[in-house]
Amino acid sequence: MKVSTCIVTGYGINADLELEEAFRRAGSDPSRIHINDLIENPGQLEGFQIMAFPGGFSFGDHLGSGKVFATIFKKNLKERLEIFIERGKLIIGICNGFQVLVKMGILPNLSGRWNQEVSLIHNLSGIFEDRWVKLRINNTSRCIWTRGIDEIELPVRHGEGRFVTRSTEVLNELERKNLVTMRYTEKFDTVPGQAYDRSIHDSSERKVNAENTWNVPYPFNPNGSVNDIASICDETGRIIGIMPHPEAFLFRENHPRWMREKVNPENGLKIFENGVNYMSES
Amino acid sequence: MRIEIFNKKNYQDGRALKLIASLRKHHGILLRSIRIIDAYLIEGETQPGPSAVREIFCDPVTQEILIDDFAASRKIKGWDYMIEVSYKRGVTDPVALTARDAISLYERDESDGKGKEIEVSFSTIYLLYPKSPLGRDAIERILKDLHNPLIQEARITEHGEFAREKSADVKIARHQSHPPIARMKSSGAPGWEKAPVESFDLPSMTDSDLEKLSKDRLLALSLEEMRAVKNQYERADFIRRREKRGLTRAITDVELEMIAQTWSEHCKHKIFNATIQYSEGVEGGEDREDAEAEVINSLFETYIKRTTERLKGKKGYLKSVFDDNSGVIQFDEDHLVCFKVETHNSPSALDPYGGAITGIVGVNRDIMGTGKGARPIFNTNVLCFAYPDTPERDVPERLLHPRRVMDGVHSGIVDGGNQSGIPVVAGAFLFDESFMGKPLVFCGTGGILPAKIMGEDSWVKHIDPGDLAVMVGGRIGKDGIHGATFSSLSLSESSPTSAVQIGDPITQKKMLDFLLEARDRGLYKGITDNGAGGLSSSLGEMARQSGGVTIDLSACPLKYPGLLPWEILLSESQERMSLSVAPDKIDSFLELASRRDVEATVVGKFTNSGVVEVLYAGIVVGYLDLEFLHNGLPVMKLKANWPGSRRVLEQLDRVQHNLTKFGLEQLDRVQSGREASLMRPEIKDTLLSLLQEPNIASKERLVRQYDHEVQGYSVIKPFTGALEDAPSDGALLKPLYDSEKGLTVTHGICPWYGEYDTYNMAMCAVDEALRAHVAMGGNPEEVAALDNFCWPDPVLSEDNPEGDFKLAQLVRACKGLEKACIDYEIPLISGKDSMKNETEIEGKKLSVKPTLLISLMGIIPDIGRSVSTDFKKPGDYILLLGDTDVHLLGSFYHRFLLKRGYKAEKGNNWKLPLPDTGRAKKLYTKLFRAMEHGLVSSCHDISDGGLAVAICESALGGRVGAEVFLDAIVASRDLQSDEILFSESPSRFIATISPEKLKDFLGQMRGTRTAVLGRVREDKILRFNFKEKEEPILELELSEVERNWKREI
Repeated sequence: MKVSTCIVTGYGINADLELEEAFRRAGSDPSRIHINDLIENPGQLEGFQIMAFPGGFSFGDHLGSGKVFATIFKKNLKERLEIFIERGKLIIGICNGFQVLVKMGILPNLSGRWNQEVSLIHNLSGIFEDRWVKLRINNTSRCIWTRGIDEIELPVRHGEGRFVTRSTEVLNELERKNLVTMRYTEKFDTVPGQAYDRSIHDSSERKVNAENTWNVPYPFNPNGSVNDIASICDETGRIIGIMPHPEAFLFRENHPRWMREKVNPENGLKIFENGVNYMSES
Repeated sequence: MRIEIFNKKNYQDGRALKLIASLRKHHGILLRSIRIIDAYLIEGETQPGPSAVREIFCDPVTQEILIDDFAASRKIKGWDYMIEVSYKRGVTDPVALTARDAISLYERDESDGKGKEIEVSFSTIYLLYPKSPLGRDAIERILKDLHNPLIQEARITEHGEFAREKSADVKIARHQSHPPIARMKSSGAPGWEKAPVESFDLPSMTDSDLEKLSKDRLLALSLEEMRAVKNQYERADFIRRREKRGLTRAITDVELEMIAQTWSEHCKHKIFNATIQYSEGVEGGEDREDAEAEVINSLFETYIKRTTERLKGKKGYLKSVFDDNSGVIQFDEDHLVCFKVETHNSPSALDPYGGAITGIVGVNRDIMGTGKGARPIFNTNVLCFAYPDTPERDVPERLLHPRRVMDGVHSGIVDGGNQSGIPVVAGAFLFDESFMGKPLVFCGTGGILPAKIMGEDSWVKHIDPGDLAVMVGGRIGKDGIHGATFSSLSLSESSPTSAVQIGDPITQKKMLDFLLEARDRGLYKGITDNGAGGLSSSLGEMARQSGGVTIDLSACPLKYPGLLPWEILLSESQERMSLSVAPDKIDSFLELASRRDVEATVVGKFTNSGVVEVLYAGIVVGYLDLEFLHNGLPVMKLKANWPGSRRVLEQLDRVQHNLTKFGLEQLDRVQSGREASLMRPEIKDTLLSLLQEPNIASKERLVRQYDHEVQGYSVIKPFTGALEDAPSDGALLKPLYDSEKGLTVTHGICPWYGEYDTYNMAMCAVDEALRAHVAMGGNPEEVAALDNFCWPDPVLSEDNPEGDFKLAQLVRACKGLEKACIDYEIPLISGKDSMKNETEIEGKKLSVKPTLLISLMGIIPDIGRSVSTDFKKPGDYILLLGDTDVHLLGSFYHRFLLKRGYKAEKGNNWKLPLPDTGRAKKLYTKLFRAMEHGLVSSCHDISDGGLAVAICESALGGRVGAEVFLDAIVASRDLQSDEILFSESPSRFIATISPEKLKDFLGQMRGTRTAVLGRVREDKILRFNFKEKEEPILELELSEVERNWKREI
């Protein structure tokens, strides 16, 4: 039987169709389900092995990106979601979905009590931008979603993607526990397979605090995220939030330079395949 | 309860940084810091508790929340000025609405009902930390940038003042509650105490009474039209039938308003359907019955509809043209695509942000209301402004500065497109002094729908007698009342501010999701959008299909009480659709709507009575014959006089005269003086200046703010090349995940040529849209186009002495459009016109240049064969495809010379660009085949600025250099080097071909003008050689191109 994926929709979520296509191409059997239907019939979550929170502008991001969606979801479905996670199932949140996961406290959930520990706030530029970025994947992470990928190019399309943490301690713990899964980078110049050198962030010359330390300049780090963080996972490695959009790179021609370069065949699909394969093997 | 939320000090606020930078850049105002506070005032009986509020509103990681009036302003120290900005009463505030919904959803299971009586007001507080005390002028400028007084209020408080006053004395922003506005006048209408309706006894009115009535009520009806209404209300059989329904012969305000809306220029396109007497070369515009005058019965029928009809036989892909909310063509066997472009000029002139956002979400609804409902897959927008660096003193008092217009419109498009999840894939920014009179905001949307829905053809709507009329989406308020008639008048001091509203993309997105679900379950039969004219327009139009409708205004859900019946009918409150639903499906329909949190209400019933009947509180308040409503409008009779090109130049003098009175920069004009032969400026200086010209320069900073790839279909993006910063010629989408078939979207627009002859302008616009499609690899035979005309008032009158000339310009544009479309075999599938694009100030008109936008969508059979504009590899051959001529009149080079004080030379014989359609068509067909064979590495269409600009852009894309030899260009006459470099001859491309494919390519292109100019170089230097001179006539480094082209506009 195919791995089934629940793609949550409603109230301004808008990247659900391509996310559905991504999971279909990855071999899953996805369903798009309105948040109101989930609230009305939460039991249906048991039938799914993957939960996916797509990008978009839930509630217009009016009270903060993903904020209202997170509040409503958590209030009505927290217990169900806890069971879902306990059973070893997978969750992915992309862009607005990442913001939702963060604001529910599911990511990174260092405390284990769903307290919000990090946030995604207005880009330092103050504007929404759509541009492709280069991402270095942390392949020493235990995250199951990013396995076997060293680097990838994906588009960011957000106005509130600046990753910050509640405190320097939280940031240090994220790094110590190796929960950062992707970072923005200016160039792909590493030897494939080599882990990201985190020491650059520990330099004593650099003022280290929770909200402004980065190594990669704008626009390569498009939003001013601390430690150039584009994606994190939880301690199980089964829950991931990603600011850029892997579901926007499903075929070669999505890439902005496909006409002039040999495009890295490792497109966004690999991430979804990782999730689906993990669930079909477990 | 008032809650205030702000970033903790150590989390910099990107919005504040942006504002600081902008104030410094545009006004030289230096601020150390700005803190931004979001304030919500929650009123009502069932207030949420503090913990709920904390959870709903505050991000605990980065924000603080305080619950008290101005608590944040007290807690945050050191600021000098506080500015609080909020929307005025009655203006939709999406943030406040979301806050209310959030509280309501959060509390849903704890109290028994929803939302209760909670009202939320929202305001933004800016705490300013200036580097030195701000003068009055600086404060004024800041206030201007932070709010639009038409729809927003801003209060400024100095710190000292604030500290002295008790907080209770500082006025708190409150705007979302709407007390009823008592406006009920006594009148003779029966039962008026229950149904507040005014009525007017037209038969007893004189002509001047009629004119006064039309003027007082902003009906925008002419005397002749008022007389036609009067005649109807004198007909005995009609009066008899009215009396049976409890009405008298007096027309009710409901009826009068519905007629005015239906007959508005906006809805009935009276000018495009007028009978026009068109003459050429008549001196003086005197009333001479010239034997040569041509009588045109409807420009629309003659030049647009008939053009498509003539092509229909050849173009089997046309599905629905001109009848529906958008034009529909077949994409593949199982799918149709549709496209519509609207303008939202007048609202954008008053409130740029609101005007643009309602423009974009409004045209989205046209797609949702096409056939049985299509799904929007792309947006486009073409925006025309006066130059953003216009000195303040040159902006007439009452108008917004063009930079503010541009910033506001741009933000509206950003929010409208991004929040709707519909990518903005193509468009343009144009700058010209004439757009001071009104900005032009063209908003387009394309959609896709399955060819069959539940076994039925998807492009056919059904509205049958007995079907229920259902309104879906937002509630009705006073917003946008008279929008349809208002847009049919020119802007003046008395323009109604109620015409301004703010669109809410999220409410609409909820509705769209619901409608697509309902569509696929077959829960409704017909659908159309509520735009201009509101229910009056949507139900009035739908009723034509069934043969009548009965509307119950009391059933309509209102935002707040106090609306008069006619206001309910005419309101243009956003985010609403009207549907026909079969009685046996209504329960499932309403049930699904409620589960999706979308309001849906039965507001009437479709009939075949031949009548539109309007009820309020059980009383008939309107009774109109459908036939009269839609066909009773008298045909307008107009005169058009084209004085010939020679006279046009004098006409231009007159226009210019008007403009200089307002201190605007003088319009360029042609002079034929003998003295004018001066040395032309240095070529390199010219080229760099052209690259900086805002029309040509990079708009990347603005365009990157549009989400251009949501939904995952993007193949050619707005920017391309090695560093993704060179311009593309248009957009290419792959609208089906499982098909390699591509859909292109392109535009053509060239208002500058229209100054000389709109015939050429129209042909060039069509050519530009088509050649951009071909440049990407599109099949020139599989295309469909839209025409959008934005014109200054073309109706001759005492106030508008040049009306006959402007109408002649319109006629000539239509003739050019027809010629180009017939020759290129491009069916027109939809279009729109906007006719009063000017602003009157002290009795003087500031008019826009006549502007025709062509929007085109077309097919690329295999996206894998599509081509981008950037040069690919050093060593590739650079070719110029197409004929070069002295097409410099109206060119950017020409205008550059005039601005620098140069004059066109006597005897230089510069021509206005005009495509040779026969030769061009051959070129396009051959180029398409060559691309299909994979022979072309890059291709860029040559347009604004000409050949040199195109080569610079393509080289920048590839981050390479180029060496070209202009002698290779064979022209019909001897061209000078500057003419070759800057000519805007249409139907041309710069292409690169890899060496091993050159022979094949040249073979493929045999019979067309194809010149091998040179090769792509690795060294990032651009070299142009001419006439075997030893030194290149132009040499520059790529970095110079980049620096000048990317100079921020």
